[in-house]
Amino acid sequence: MQTHDKPQLKAEARNLNFYYGEAKALKNINMPIYDKKVTALIGPSGCGKSTYLRSFNRMHDLYPGNRYEGEIRFFPDNTNLLSSDVDPIEVRMRVGMVFQKPNPFPKTIYENVAYGLRVRGEKNKRVLDEKVETALRGAAIWEEVKDRLQELAPNLSGGQQQRLCIARALATDPELLLFDEPTSALDPIATGAIEELVHELKKRVTILIVTHNMQQAARVSDYTAYMYLGEMIEFGKTDEIFIKPQDKRTEDYITGRMG
Amino acid sequence: MQPMTTEQIRVLIARGKMKDTIFQALGIICLAIGLLVIFLLVGDMLMRGLDRLNIEFFTEFASRRAHQSGILSAWVGTILVMFVTAMAAVPLGVAAGIYLEEYAKRNWVTDIIEINITNLAAVPSIVYGLLALGIFVYTFGFGQSILSAGLTLALLILPIVIVSTREAIRSIPAMIREGSMAVGATRWQTCRYHIIPYAMPGILTGVIIGLARAIGETAPIITIGALTFIAFLPPVPFTATGADGVSAGLFDWVMSPFTVMSIQIFNWTSRPDPAFEINAAAAGFVLMGMVLSMNAIAIYLRYRMRKNIKW
Repeated sequence: MQTHDKPQLKAEARNLNFYYGEAKALKNINMPIYDKKVTALIGPSGCGKSTYLRSFNRMHDLYPGNRYEGEIRFFPDNTNLLSSDVDPIEVRMRVGMVFQKPNPFPKTIYENVAYGLRVRGEKNKRVLDEKVETALRGAAIWEEVKDRLQELAPNLSGGQQQRLCIARALATDPELLLFDEPTSALDPIATGAIEELVHELKKRVTILIVTHNMQQAARVSDYTAYMYLGEMIEFGKTDEIFIKPQDKRTEDYITGRMG
Repeated sequence: MQPMTTEQIRVLIARGKMKDTIFQALGIICLAIGLLVIFLLVGDMLMRGLDRLNIEFFTEFASRRAHQSGILSAWVGTILVMFVTAMAAVPLGVAAGIYLEEYAKRNWVTDIIEINITNLAAVPSIVYGLLALGIFVYTFGFGQSILSAGLTLALLILPIVIVSTREAIRSIPAMIREGSMAVGATRWQTCRYHIIPYAMPGILTGVIIGLARAIGETAPIITIGALTFIAFLPPVPFTATGADGVSAGLFDWVMSPFTVMSIQIFNWTSRPDPAFEINAAAAGFVLMGMVLSMNAIAIYLRYRMRKNIKW
């Protein structure tokens, strides 16, 4: 890694531990997230990559018995996202999320995208219309839905629903966008569309993506982290991780000998 | 073990299917018994009460002469009491259900509350009547009024409303809640825009089941002292009542004495004159009709609402 093209930090996990009750799910994770880059999290099932991802928007706070230790520093303001002084709602206002299974609300396409803005108190119809359109364009779904914004979102195809969920997350201009295996419920064509979109989105927003699919990680990401049993085994530029992994366990995983 | 021949496989399947047929027949018989009883009951009431089922029956007050007796005060009273019951039980029950599902932390206090709600549903209705007699009628001074009756029945169905609200909320997938929270919504915003609207069909079903139970209740209403013979209607808002010509207020009717269908029926069946039994049968049929139409409305509303909710 040369120093002169080293990008800026957007976030950084520092000595991050996470517990589901007594069970330790994340073990002392240290990892940078670079601004306007795509970082992929790979690893076998149950290795903690989703747990790690969901720490970034404090999703674990919704359920009792979960506990964080350590910090996730968020830049440029150097806020610790995990601090008990920081309201999880404030965190979620800055960090958007797209889930594994498309989860549009059983409302109209328009209302799905406008929801995040309404939550922020936006009532002006013109502003809403404009932001909904921008978000839908940003998620590459505007052309498909512009004539049926008042139709129910669950009637869309799976791939369209997922892009709608991306639009919902984009509408509020998040600084960091989390993707939790966003294509695992989609067919190859819809998957291709989402991957292309991720590539497009990184011009504007930092992306952290969990994926089961190593080709996908190789295709869309700039940086890759390999996780195993709650530990961060290796982090580096994607091409370096895939061409010459430093750790034997990473090599085993990406060459298909494990996982 | 030798692999089975085709012949053996067929024998095996035939034996299995035999049991299918037996169970199916058994199921149909059980179902038929239930349906038959209902049909017999309703049919019997209809046959016996048919003579009285005319317009006058609905527009006349009760009378000492059986063939001139009607159910005007009873059906008006029932509808008004049900209205008060719904107005009290729905906000209380829904709010409690939402609190327990969405806000309350799971600890021993909520566990105790949970067990208590389940037990409350099993308390005999007359006990609610006694409670209401002490609290609503005397302590609060509501008297033997529509308000007392409505609140009593509201207490009675509150557990049903709470439990069905909680079940309706639990059937909403976690990913919908997470989707809402993930854009930065508060718990209340999530409830207001998602949980309550999506739980509405289920809540409505619970409310109707509760009201259907309440509409036939007799014991608690008698306990709080509803009149069995009443020949006037509660004051209609903004109309002159009585000789003084003073206009009734919007809510004066809630303090009015009243009777309800179940009490009217009970009263008629306890008369020695067999002619009143015809009245009782006819009134029973009307009450069944009220319950069935309430259920019909609930089914229709639920269907309408559910059409737009899917995930």
